[in-house]
Amino acid sequence: MLRQNWWKILCVILLIYTFVAGFLGPVPAKPILNETIRNYYFHIAMWFCMMILFITSLVYSIKYLRTNNHIFDIYALEYAKTGIVYGVLGLTTGSVWAGFTWNAFWSNDPKQLGAVVALLIYLAYLVLRNSMTDVDKRARIGAVYNIFAFAMLFPTIWIIPRLVDSLHPGGSGNPAINADVHIRMVFWPGALPGWALLGVWITTLRIRLQMLSEQRLH
Amino acid sequence: MGGSTRYIWSLFKKDLLLEVRQQYTFYGVLLYVASTIFVLYLSMGEPEGAVWKGLFWMIQLFICVNAVAKSFLQEGRGRLLYFYSIAGARDFILSKLLFNALLMLLMSLVSLFLFTLMLGNPLAHPISFLLLSGLGGVSLSLVFTFLAAIAARAQQSAALMAILGFPLIIPQLMLLNKASTIAFEDVVQGGLGSMLALIAGLDLMIVALAIILFPFLWKD
Repeated sequence: MLRQNWWKILCVILLIYTFVAGFLGPVPAKPILNETIRNYYFHIAMWFCMMILFITSLVYSIKYLRTNNHIFDIYALEYAKTGIVYGVLGLTTGSVWAGFTWNAFWSNDPKQLGAVVALLIYLAYLVLRNSMTDVDKRARIGAVYNIFAFAMLFPTIWIIPRLVDSLHPGGSGNPAINADVHIRMVFWPGALPGWALLGVWITTLRIRLQMLSEQRLH
Repeated sequence: MGGSTRYIWSLFKKDLLLEVRQQYTFYGVLLYVASTIFVLYLSMGEPEGAVWKGLFWMIQLFICVNAVAKSFLQEGRGRLLYFYSIAGARDFILSKLLFNALLMLLMSLVSLFLFTLMLGNPLAHPISFLLLSGLGGVSLSLVFTFLAAIAARAQQSAALMAILGFPLIIPQLMLLNKASTIAFEDVVQGGLGSMLALIAGLDLMIVALAIILFPFLWKD
């Protein structure tokens, strides 16, 4: 496990940089978006990190099936849970933002739908796990569902927004914003790794908690 | 490989024979299809294209859950062990996928016929929609067969299958719905071929995943 401290300090520094430069730094003046463009550092970062956390969960599920090591199952479960938290945050930040820019908190945008589907699928993963009491069986069947669900979900999430018009910036004539140099300088080196490290940090704490509570049971 | 095909074939033939003798699933699902569509007819009359299309795919979804749920729940623990000893896990899942795909193909065609009979026919391109509903039925059956296997291993009823399957099937239903829009419009539109190829590619991926993952489900 990552038992060093340097990456936790780095995470705090990057997030401070994100908040300071994100709220005070220069941003391009775009029509409609105006200052809400700063949501880019939080909303988009949440989706990226959710994706990273779900992919990590998938990797641990595959590792579990290959080795039958119980620890990998805990890893997969906790990464999926943190991914769900990030997904909910991404949905909320996006919905609040959409309330001010699109004049509706919800507008059936394909990306919104994809996000909800992803969350429902991972909640079903938790329900499936809770439906079984046998630890080995729960781990194995959970891992199989995790892999199957991921492989079903992500191709379609990446394909469907390309077939349907989206209200999101960058889609169907809306101005794209990732081209601006100020935004890139905060997003790529600051917001994305900062939030991702925070997600890993939360997950490692939860994994340790889980392992301790299992030790106490034995 | 020759041996494997023989196993798949005999397992498939077993399911088919059971079906022919008991005639439980076929007539059960048929009755389900007919009564659901009749209820729809009573409450809606002849709806317009968009409603027709939406209802069609929703009804396909529920038919599929009902038709496929039985396939693993009918096999008791001892019988599964017996199949495991005479054939491999992969042969078993492939035979189930094949059987359910054929069952669902048949059911899709039956429900398409009943839909046009009772709810009217807003289709501008019946042939392409026929193709699409067949393909859609097969895709639904593939996903739900694998989920039925998971639900059966979790020793849960068909309810768990629906909980697991409905979120998972939404992207595919959106694709099918989008593709079938083409069949409803008078204007000849391109893109049907690539949509069909996309759905077929997704089906291939599901079969591949089932072959890879099912042996892990089976082990006890």
